[in-house]
Amino acid sequence: MKMLGSDAILRSLEAEGVEVCFGIPGGAILPLYDAIARGTTVRHVLARHEQGAGHMAEGYARASGRVGVAFATSGPGATNLVTPIANAWMDSTPLVCVTGQVRRPLIGTDAFQECDITGITIPIVKHSWLVQDVEELPHVMKAAFHIARTGRCGPVLVDVPRDVQEAPIDFEYPDAVDLPGWRPPRRGHARQIKEAASRLAAAERPILYVGGGTVNGDACGELRELAELGRLPVVTTLMGKGAFPETHELFAGWPGMHGPKWSNYALNKADVIVACGARFDDRVTGKLSAFAPGASVVHLDIDAAEIGKLRNADVPVVGPLKQVLHDLAAELRKLSEVGELRPPEAWLLQIADWRDQFPLRYRRGDVLKPQTVVETLRSLTAGRDDVIWTTGVGQHQMWAMQYLHCDRPRSFITSGGLGTMGFGIPAAVGAKAARPDATVVCIDGDGCFQMTGQELATSVLEGLPIVVVVINNAYLGMVQQWQELFYGERYSHVHLTHAVPDYAQLAEAYGAAGFTVSTEDELEGVLQEALALGRTAVVDARVDPAEQCYPMIPGGAAALDMIENPEEETVEAGS
Amino acid sequence: MAHTLSVLVENRPGALMRITSLFVRRGFNIESLAVGPTERHDVSRVTLRVNCEQHTLEQIQKQMHKLVNVLRVIELEPGEAVERELLLVKVAAPPDRRAELMALGEVFRARVVDLGPDALVFEVVGPPEELASFEELVRPHGIKELARTGRVGLARASRETPRRAQRLEVLR
Repeated sequence: MKMLGSDAILRSLEAEGVEVCFGIPGGAILPLYDAIARGTTVRHVLARHEQGAGHMAEGYARASGRVGVAFATSGPGATNLVTPIANAWMDSTPLVCVTGQVRRPLIGTDAFQECDITGITIPIVKHSWLVQDVEELPHVMKAAFHIARTGRCGPVLVDVPRDVQEAPIDFEYPDAVDLPGWRPPRRGHARQIKEAASRLAAAERPILYVGGGTVNGDACGELRELAELGRLPVVTTLMGKGAFPETHELFAGWPGMHGPKWSNYALNKADVIVACGARFDDRVTGKLSAFAPGASVVHLDIDAAEIGKLRNADVPVVGPLKQVLHDLAAELRKLSEVGELRPPEAWLLQIADWRDQFPLRYRRGDVLKPQTVVETLRSLTAGRDDVIWTTGVGQHQMWAMQYLHCDRPRSFITSGGLGTMGFGIPAAVGAKAARPDATVVCIDGDGCFQMTGQELATSVLEGLPIVVVVINNAYLGMVQQWQELFYGERYSHVHLTHAVPDYAQLAEAYGAAGFTVSTEDELEGVLQEALALGRTAVVDARVDPAEQCYPMIPGGAAALDMIENPEEETVEAGS
Repeated sequence: MAHTLSVLVENRPGALMRITSLFVRRGFNIESLAVGPTERHDVSRVTLRVNCEQHTLEQIQKQMHKLVNVLRVIELEPGEAVERELLLVKVAAPPDRRAELMALGEVFRARVVDLGPDALVFEVVGPPEELASFEELVRPHGIKELARTGRVGLARASRETPRRAQRLEVLR
């Protein structure tokens, strides 16, 4: 079919089954936006900043398991996408970014809004293309989607000069890709899986250490089957939160810098660790040389380069997690049938004991506590299976991890590896676009809110209502915590104040509902109202600025040396 | 320990940049790099010399395998590969020293490719270690300029696939 390059991009998206994309028009991508105006089945959501568009596409991808799509123009439009691309790279989120580029004859001349976005993004994309010939466009689009979602998921970038978008093409979407250098692993090695099973069966203190790769690999059902079969305790990383039901008796919490002490004990004192799509990140291990010293490691991952990168793997298995976990459970079942599998009941009791000994705790008082806000949100949504949480980055994110209970995969969407402040609001808009039926709640910080808060306009106008709960402690809280603990309480440029802005008024200005709450008495009523409203709402929860996030592994310390809340008379959190 | 990696890449714009960017970003160090065509017009061979521990070498290989344009990564192990490099060196050669220098050159099968009133240019092809010896021998005479291509290599004719490459296949 005869058409223009810009139409070919849209027809490619349609052929890939894309329903929603996110972006902002600009000079070099005018032809693509004109093609949108001429008609497409793809819904375009107009963001207010390209960073917002990128995070929306990520939120969409993470909530749906499908590829997220973002558009931006050349130059500043493209550079504004760099943060979401880096974020998607670190958190292995499938993302196709289409950017406009200046006309081919102008490339290399420092033309208006020209920038070498393929060059800039080389270290943070799986692959990228500068499309020099319109005939390549359908093949590039096909390859872009294929690469983004196969193997370890991640971002790709397609940079299309304006005159390529305007060039005529006889469009035909290819059936297959021709990528001789792209061969993601298809199956985990059977002998290695067998070896992993026998190590698990022989273990006295086994643990499943589950990361985001299990969610990306759509392997949560297989994970649960394996855990229940062997009665294996499960810890999930921040990126893995929700991969295993958190109300399950085998759930052992979240290890890492702000994970509960008992979870860190469970992981660090294990004798066999099965890492499932997890990468021994420094936020999880603390001081690497002191991490889980007595454990042998079975490492299951789709990405061979993660094996042995930080921690040596005694049994490496490279393959899709769905197949690998399924086959591992099958091997374990065989051992069970011949009586060679003993459930580690003593170990489970030990973990339960630590859990009783080291609960999460904070002191309730006259001033509203951030943890209370998260706990109230949890109790107000208990038993519901239609809630998706997103967060920004910082103390509020860690409290969200600690106090929310997520029983389903893809219900907790956060920025893990890159730690991108401002991720929460646009990610919530994207998640709502993916799951219009879901109640999407962004637990945000006051610092984060002001990085991407303008996307409230998108939320209101696009009819993608979300609820934003700002844990407003008037500070860049996590930085302030480090300055308090490790820099002699010399607070340097962290005080954002409770004075400005008035988040409720700001919300109203955007056409959203705004609430302010500063006492425990009002809290439940206000949150309930915001959740039931059915339109975009912002709750400014003014919390105690002095409250710090505990427990904590100080930077560079061993996970077992984590410090707890120094408050002497802590009372247990109600749950 | 030094290792030679032979990398087959699709002959596409930016392919080399993706490889070098990977080295920079992950903190790997390249000692020498040579790029050129192969028997296939659409494939180039990048020969890399790196000095690192075995663990780092494996990381380099695995990370390179993930690049979409990279078709194959092989370690050329000493004894199982032929490695060559080309050296051009301009040496100070006043008329009374020429004969001595040219005799020296003969030992290394060095060719004199240019001759001036007080200097000459040698071309030497050989294993990189030999080139280094030659360089040291002519140094006292006064090296004016020097250029080396970086090593290239191929697995020996008797070998199909070097062992290391096969071992890595297990991980893929």
